[in-house]
Amino acid sequence: MIAAAWLLALAVDESFVVRNVTAHPVTGPEIANASVLVKDGRIAEIGPKIAPAALKGAKVVEGKGLHLWPGMINSATELGLQEISSIRETVDTGEIGTFNPQLRALIAVNPESEFIPVTRANGITMAITMPAVPGGGTRSAGAGALIPGQMSMIHLDGWTWEEMEVKRSAAMMLVFPTVETRTFNFMEFSPGRTAFSEAKRFYDRRIKELGDYFDRARAYQQAKKAARPDFNIDLALEAMIPVLEGRTPVVIFARDERTIGAALDFIEKQKIKGVLADVQRPGKTLERIKKLNVPLVLGDATRLPEEEDDAYDKNYSLAAEVYKAGIKFCLGTMDNQFARNLPFEAGIAAGYGLPKEAAVKALTIDAAEIWGLAGDYGSIGKGKYADLILTDGDILEHKTKVLSMWIKGRPVSLDNKHTRLYQKYTARP
Amino acid sequence: MTSLILFAALLAQTVVIQNANVLPVTKPGFKGSVVIENGKIKEMGEKVVVPGNAQVVDAGGQYLMPGIIDAHSHIAADAINEGSVSVSSMVGIEDVLNPTQISIYRGLAGGVTSSNILHGSANAIGGKCTLIKMRWGKDASEMVFEGAKPSIKFALGENPKRRGSSGSGPLQGSPGNLRYPATRMGVEDVIRQAFNDAKIYQAKWKEYEARKAKGETIIPPRRDLKLEPLVEVLEGKRQVHAHCYRADEILMLLRVADDYGFKIRTLQHVLEGYKVAKEIAAHGAGASTFSDWWAYKIEAYDAIPFNAAVMMRKGVLTSINSDSADVTRRLNTEAAKTVKYGGLTETEALSLITINPAKQLEVEARVGSIEPGKDADLVLYNQHPLSSYAVAQKVWVDGDLYFDRQKDIEERSRKEAAKKVMLDRQREQQKKNAPMPGAGMRRPA
Repeated sequence: MIAAAWLLALAVDESFVVRNVTAHPVTGPEIANASVLVKDGRIAEIGPKIAPAALKGAKVVEGKGLHLWPGMINSATELGLQEISSIRETVDTGEIGTFNPQLRALIAVNPESEFIPVTRANGITMAITMPAVPGGGTRSAGAGALIPGQMSMIHLDGWTWEEMEVKRSAAMMLVFPTVETRTFNFMEFSPGRTAFSEAKRFYDRRIKELGDYFDRARAYQQAKKAARPDFNIDLALEAMIPVLEGRTPVVIFARDERTIGAALDFIEKQKIKGVLADVQRPGKTLERIKKLNVPLVLGDATRLPEEEDDAYDKNYSLAAEVYKAGIKFCLGTMDNQFARNLPFEAGIAAGYGLPKEAAVKALTIDAAEIWGLAGDYGSIGKGKYADLILTDGDILEHKTKVLSMWIKGRPVSLDNKHTRLYQKYTARP
Repeated sequence: MTSLILFAALLAQTVVIQNANVLPVTKPGFKGSVVIENGKIKEMGEKVVVPGNAQVVDAGGQYLMPGIIDAHSHIAADAINEGSVSVSSMVGIEDVLNPTQISIYRGLAGGVTSSNILHGSANAIGGKCTLIKMRWGKDASEMVFEGAKPSIKFALGENPKRRGSSGSGPLQGSPGNLRYPATRMGVEDVIRQAFNDAKIYQAKWKEYEARKAKGETIIPPRRDLKLEPLVEVLEGKRQVHAHCYRADEILMLLRVADDYGFKIRTLQHVLEGYKVAKEIAAHGAGASTFSDWWAYKIEAYDAIPFNAAVMMRKGVLTSINSDSADVTRRLNTEAAKTVKYGGLTETEALSLITINPAKQLEVEARVGSIEPGKDADLVLYNQHPLSSYAVAQKVWVDGDLYFDRQKDIEERSRKEAAKKVMLDRQREQQKKNAPMPGAGMRRPA
C-alpha cells in the first residue's frame, strides 16, 4: 500500500478521476456518487456525471464508500522550524529582538522535519508556519518580541522550502502587548504576581514602542517615495512597507478582552489589514470585531479555560460563539506536536455548538480566504488546485482514516516515522 | 440526628436510568435501563422492574458508559514533586490532596469518576500515590477511593536525571548542588541500592518478629518511613507505577524487579512500550500511555500513536491516561484515536479508559464496567462516547449525580451575578480604605 503510494508519486501530473465518491466541495452541498476529474494539477470537472470524452486517458481512482475533501489548512504551526521543543538547538522560532519584520519563517523550514509527513498523514495539506510562538517558554529566546517576523504558508510536501512555498509573506506577525500581572518564575517553577500599576507602566511603554516603530516605518516609506539622496535601504523597515500599504495582513496575537480592544484600536489607527489570533476571552469585543470585519485565527478548542471560575466549556464553545457573532475564522493548533489533531479540535468545537459545515469551512475555504488563497485553494471547485484527501468518513471524527492525498494533483505519501516504526515493531517476532 | 436519617434516606434512594444505549464495556451493548440502589448497580437490561420509589431518568436514547478512570493524573494536589532526594518514598500525595481544585470538576464534566493522583517524576523512587473518586464538594478524606491498594511512583530517564546536570532549566541542578543520578545507569543503581536497603531492613524486622515470637525481650528495629513502603512493594502489598519512556530503561526496570522478586504493576507513559511489548507482557506489567504525545523531548521522539494498540495486541494490559488537567477532560476521544491508529474495536478502545485502568489499579471489582454489584459510577453522553461530537451530559459517582450539564448551564447567570456582588463589595471596601488624596502613601500592591 505504502510502496504503491511512492510509485504513484513518481508519476507527476497524471490526470485522474476519483469516481463514485461522496464529494464535499465545502462551498456547496455534498455530492453523492460524484466524479472529480483532475488535469494538470487542477480540478477540471466535478459533478454527478462527467462526459466520457473528458475522462479519456484519466487514471481511475475508485471512491465507492469513501469521501473526498479539500486538503485541510492548519493556520498556526511551527512546522519545519521546531523539532524537539525542549532542545533549543532544534528550535528556530523566537529570534532575539523586539522588531524583526524582515525575518521570514519560510527560509528556515527544514523539509526533512518528521513533523511534516506526520501532520500530512491526518489530511493536512497546507500550514501557516510562524516565526515565533507567543508564550512559547523555552522555545522562544526572544520572548519579548513584538514583531517576530513573517508567517509563511507552506505545502506539506516538497524537496526544498522553495518547493514547499505557497506564500512566503502570508502575514506579518505581531504579538500585542498585554497588561501582564501574572508572572511565572521558571527557576522556581512557581507562579507570581506583579502589581497592576507596575504592569501597566510596562505595558504603556511597550505600546509606545510599537506605535513609534510604525511611525518610523511610515517615515521610511515617505523617504523612499521622495527618493531623497541620503536614503538608504533598511531591511527591517523595508519589510514593513507591504504592511503599511495593506498588501500583507498583520496577524495580531491578542487573547483577552482588554488586549483585543487595544489591538482593534491599533488596526483602526494604523489602517492595516488586521487578523486577530489566539483570541480566547473576547467578551464584548466580538461585536466590534464583526463591525471592523477582522477575521480570527482560533487556537485549540481543548485548551483549559484560563480562569478558575470560567465556564468549564469556555474554549470548547468559543468557535460556536464566534460563529454566532458572524465573524470569519480559521483554526490553528499553535504548535507542532498536535498539529495533526486540527480536525479533531474542529470536531470537538462542533460538539459544543459549531455547525459541522462551518467547522469544515474553518479548516478549508475560510482559511484559504483569510490567507488570500481562495482563488486556488480551499474547496473542490473547477479550476482550483487539486489539494485533495480521500477518507473513510467524516474528517472531524477522531476515528476517521485518511487513505490518500494529492497536492496540486500529485499523489503524496502518507508514510511517516510513526507508520514506519509501527510496521517495524509489529513485525518483531 | 435528623440529618443522619435524611442522609440514610438519600443513600437508600433508587435511580433508574431508562431508554439508554448502554455500553457496559465487559458485555455487549444494549438499549435499556440500569437500576441504581444504594450507590451500586442493582440490575440492568432491556426490561427491568422499576421500583415504586425510584427516581426515573429518561436518557432519551443517549449513551451510558462506565465512568472513566484516569490512571495518571496530577490534579487535586497542592504539591507534586519532592525533588530534593532521589528516593522520596516517605512522602505521599494523600497528605496534600486539595479537594477544591477546579480541575476535579472539569474532569468530572469530561466523564472521569476515578483518578489516580501520582507523585511527580523528579526522582527514581518518588512518593506514594492516591486513587481518588471525583466526589466534587466532598473533603479530602472523602475523595479517597476507600480500600484501594496502596501504590508508589517510580521514574526513569530524563526527568530523574535532570537534577544531576547543571543547567538553566526549571528542574535542573546548579553546579554546586547536583543530585545523583545524572545517567540512566545511575537511575538503575538508585533503585537497586534502595531495594538492597529495603531487604536488609525487612530482614531485621523479620528477625525481630521471630525472636519476639519466641518470647525474647528485645528492642524493635528503628522504624524507617522511607524503606517501609519499599518493603511493602517487596511483599506485594504496594503497587509500583513507573514513569518511563525508552525501551532500554523499561527493560532495565523489569530486570531489577525480577532480581529483587517484586512486580511492576504498571509502566506509565511507556512511549516505547511497543518496542518491548513481549517483555512487558511476560513480566505481567500493565501499560498506561498517551494517545499521541510525541517529540516534546528527545526520549519522546520515537513515540507513536499506535503504541496502545500494539501493546494491547501483544497481550499487555493497556490503558490510556491524561497526565494533564486538560486531557483528562476528554479521555473518550483520546481512546477513539486507537480505532484510527492500530484498528482497535470500539469496545477495546473504551476498555482503555474503563475496565483496563480499573484492573491495573486492582479496583475492577468495584468500577470500570457496568455490571450488577459494581459502584454506580456512570457517564451519559449525548453521542457515542468515541465520537468527536460527544458531550457528557450527566455523571454519577456512587449513584449520586455529581455533574449535570443542563444544571451547570442554568446556574451560570446566577453565579455571574453572585460574583458581581462580591466584586462590587470589594471595590466599595477598597474605596473606603483608600488614603486621602495627597496623603503621600502608596496603596498596598
